[in-house]
Amino acid sequence: MIPLRLRSPIWPYIASIAALLVLWEVAASIIQSRVLPTPMAVLLVLVRDVADGTLPYHLMITLARVAASFFLALLIGTAIGVVMGRSVLLDRLGDSWLIVFLNLPALVTIVLCYVWFGLTEVAAILAVTINKIPNVVVTVREGARALSRDLLEMAQVFQFGRWKTLRHVVLPALGPFIIAAARSGLAIVWKIVLVVELLGRSSGVGFQINLFFQLFDVASMLAYTIAFVAVIQLLELGVLQPLERRANRWRR
Amino acid sequence: MTALEVDIREKRYPAVGRAGANLALQALRFEAARGELVCIVGPSGCGKTTLLNIIAGLDQAYSGQVTLPSGGDGRPMIGYVFQNARLLPWRTVLENIELVLRPGQSHRQRVLDLLAVTGLGDVAHVYPERLSVGMGRRVALARAFAIDPQLLLLDEPFVSLDEPTADRLRQLLLEVWRRQPTTVLFVTHDLREAILLADRIVLLSPPPARVAASIPITVPREARHDDAMIEALRRQVLGEFGESVRSV
Repeated sequence: MIPLRLRSPIWPYIASIAALLVLWEVAASIIQSRVLPTPMAVLLVLVRDVADGTLPYHLMITLARVAASFFLALLIGTAIGVVMGRSVLLDRLGDSWLIVFLNLPALVTIVLCYVWFGLTEVAAILAVTINKIPNVVVTVREGARALSRDLLEMAQVFQFGRWKTLRHVVLPALGPFIIAAARSGLAIVWKIVLVVELLGRSSGVGFQINLFFQLFDVASMLAYTIAFVAVIQLLELGVLQPLERRANRWRR
Repeated sequence: MTALEVDIREKRYPAVGRAGANLALQALRFEAARGELVCIVGPSGCGKTTLLNIIAGLDQAYSGQVTLPSGGDGRPMIGYVFQNARLLPWRTVLENIELVLRPGQSHRQRVLDLLAVTGLGDVAHVYPERLSVGMGRRVALARAFAIDPQLLLLDEPFVSLDEPTADRLRQLLLEVWRRQPTTVLFVTHDLREAILLADRIVLLSPPPARVAASIPITVPREARHDDAMIEALRRQVLGEFGESVRSV
């Protein structure tokens, strides 16, 4: 991911995107086939589908699924990570489970969830959440292991209590780890959501891509992909990176 | 009136790896009167921090008993100034101090007064990592006084500061303590520092630590400016009790 720093020049990004477009244009005009439409053709499809509302509709549904499973995975994964990082016994007990879930292919989880819970929204979100939780646990557990004993003792002497200790000592210390988990999480979750939609949902970007695949409609496929990648990138730049800066503002 | 009674029969550290079990404290008994400033002096590594951690309730793996001063309501408030300042780096100076207050205590004006007295008024909204070591220690001192503690524990709070800074902080400690009298245990390995501050000095023996001597300092604090007098007191203490605390 590209770190966006204040005052860093923006032209390299624009130049590289322009270069990509030129390359694409040249390739499309050489091949002259509907399996590789020109950038302009894709743009026209994009404008058409945005105007008639189908693209925003499917995009919003996919984003809602991404958001639901992203926050669930982050919440549950952080809780498990903190507990495992703080307790040697629970860490040992949970570690082999963690390894199983880390190595479980996303496709297996998705198919099993659909088989066991039916082709439902709950099953879809559950499958994505289960896929993401182990990564969050591993990252947050590292943070919990590195918690400062000095500060925890300070909180104990000054009678902070559980809630105050969690809010003012534990969570700020875990901040960088949670944000790292969130950023890699966003990247993974939306890709898995597309697969989930392809296999068992009748709405969303994944479902549409599958439809376009059957129709051999590459222009629509690319239009949806570009729209979706742009939205995710905006979230990264507009939400996650400012959050990260805010969480780090106390650093020298 | 007795505010604090410490009666530790034994504190042992279990064997770890090749290091054998270690008897840190044994038959260590002393008391402190309400409002008394007691300096605990002992050689490095004799278990002074262990002793404070036991009194603070951080270390409960010992045999014996510690009776704390009674609090107004329920558990007594203990102010602890650790060797390192132990401030939350992600909270400003003001937030660090306000966080230790109990719900009924959050009077911002009082905290701001305390910051002004300790010379921290200008850095109230600064994050701790931007402070010098001396400033950080000052915040830790202000934080400990902010809760209006029944007992104040200080663990070599001025160590590794240059002498003028350490001396300013000692005067500051005395000044705040006069405004807010409370029972104080001040741990140090520096007998000179103890003589400057204490009502009474408790000398600890080398490990396993026990109380080697309890020496009241009767000279009024105002008269303890004179270096020659401090040195004379130091020699007197060492002369009387030097055997048990050679390394102090």
